[in-house]
Amino acid sequence: MKKYIHDLTIVSNRKLNSQYFILGLSDIAPLPEMLPGQFVEIKVENNSSVFLRRPISVHDVDREKNILYLLIKIVGNGTHSLSLVKQGEKLNLVYPLGNNFNTENVGNVILAGGGCGIAPMLYLARLLKQKNKKVSILLGGRTSSDILEIDEFEKYGSVYISTDDGSLGEKGFITKNTVLTRLKEYDRLYCCGPLPMLKVIAAVAKENNIDCEVSLENTMACGIGACLCCVTETIDGNKCVCTEGPVFNINQLSWQI
Amino acid sequence: MRLYRRACVQYKSTVMADLKVNIGKLELKNPVLTASGTFGYGVEFEDFIDIDALGGIIVKGTTLEHREGNPYPRMAETPSGMLNAVGLQNKGVDAFINDIYPKIKHYKTNVIVNVSGSKIEDYVAVVEKLNDLDNIPAIELNISCPNVKTGGMAFGTSCSSAQDVTKAVRNAYKKTLIVKLSPNVTSIADIAKAVEDAGADSISLINTLLGMAVDAETQRPVLSTITGGLSGPCVKPIALRMVWQVSKAVKIPLIGLGGIMNATDAIEFILAGASAVQVGTANFIDPAVSIKIVNGIDDYCNRHKIGSVNQLIGQLKF
Repeated sequence: MKKYIHDLTIVSNRKLNSQYFILGLSDIAPLPEMLPGQFVEIKVENNSSVFLRRPISVHDVDREKNILYLLIKIVGNGTHSLSLVKQGEKLNLVYPLGNNFNTENVGNVILAGGGCGIAPMLYLARLLKQKNKKVSILLGGRTSSDILEIDEFEKYGSVYISTDDGSLGEKGFITKNTVLTRLKEYDRLYCCGPLPMLKVIAAVAKENNIDCEVSLENTMACGIGACLCCVTETIDGNKCVCTEGPVFNINQLSWQI
Repeated sequence: MRLYRRACVQYKSTVMADLKVNIGKLELKNPVLTASGTFGYGVEFEDFIDIDALGGIIVKGTTLEHREGNPYPRMAETPSGMLNAVGLQNKGVDAFINDIYPKIKHYKTNVIVNVSGSKIEDYVAVVEKLNDLDNIPAIELNISCPNVKTGGMAFGTSCSSAQDVTKAVRNAYKKTLIVKLSPNVTSIADIAKAVEDAGADSISLINTLLGMAVDAETQRPVLSTITGGLSGPCVKPIALRMVWQVSKAVKIPLIGLGGIMNATDAIEFILAGASAVQVGTANFIDPAVSIKIVNGIDDYCNRHKIGSVNQLIGQLKF
């Protein structure tokens, strides 16, 4: 897929709570094709302590309104600066980057997003629903304020929730949610979240012998396969998460699970 | 006047000044090269720029054997820069010749291979293989990589070892030989002199500065290798100083690099004594920056009524 470097216009900046916000970005020209699992690299302006672009997952794409949505968690200086952008301002994006989730050859699927790993799951859920797949969505986080966009997810499938503190849904880690005890009902598990969570989910998928794709969040510089900083170990050696990923089938990864 | 094909960003369509420079026998259509390890093999940037419009590209460090590089994490963002510890990940010279070269040999610009190694024999074996490639007019000898356990920077931090490896490669390689120096030395001018005496056609400087990042929360180093190479605008004053010092010490042309983010930075290096420049880390922030720098150098020449960029080389006023 061709990559672009564009200045996009902020059409909305919606604060979800003190940690999360959703940016809507648009352009005069139609936005390029983007697929679930892909990401963008955003240049952070007016902050001298931020040098590199920030890689952010595609949260959703509204083709009719020509808007790209990015769900962002404030984790540091760069994302804090992004949270302050205003409608009408521009952001420079390099996009679309990376590969995508495989939505072929499945009927019944489950999507698991932990914390900020929820971000790429909305677009994926919507696309799978459009393809008439049976969709279940498992959302997890430390506390209720980490569980985002429930109403949106409910449009596309059954939603299951875990919070570490029990403030919403089942109490405990997302990896202990009871829906995972019925994993054999599904054809594929898609997962995005912190690495320890991904590894536990991958192990559960392997035990149940179901196909599993994980989206990795390695720190990166260029996002286009030039710097070789974001590598992950695979059965074929080190691969760039930005170009060969961010989505990997767990069978490709050399994880000890 | 030269027409540039429109890439995805609209660039200036004509270049007015004479931007041609020479590095030994090598002619560059303009003084802008891309630095090894920051530009892949060029193909990664084809969506963003017309590669042919550059003075040249220097492709990823190539070794005799395949190298997996260092474990993740390999990168840390720093104030005005970044640390990397990639460790020369590459598939080896044979894979370069068989798989990559066919995809890049059509570029109508200088494709230069950065050559790395752990032993002098390895460097020689690599350049002997590269000698036969018609569309590789030059190599850049990397005796300055801080991220490998053996060889690499060790060759570039003493005059005698820098001289030995340069001499051996000079004997084996017939085309333009550029030697890339490490800034992690006491006197870079002495190393430069040794490399010139050993037969190098040109010197590029600087490679990254050895640095370190610590995560106070986890109380651990950020990089898997603990230390790594610092690059970006934070190193520019050091790079400029070293280019200026080396320009006083040697007669061969210099290629300056270290934190060049825009055309003004490039002009500064040229004034300090560089005949050409390399754009490195800036490619990560703006994949189209190298072409913008070409156009910006042309603008500068026009604004200062300078017919040829050669009139700027080493013309720092005191």
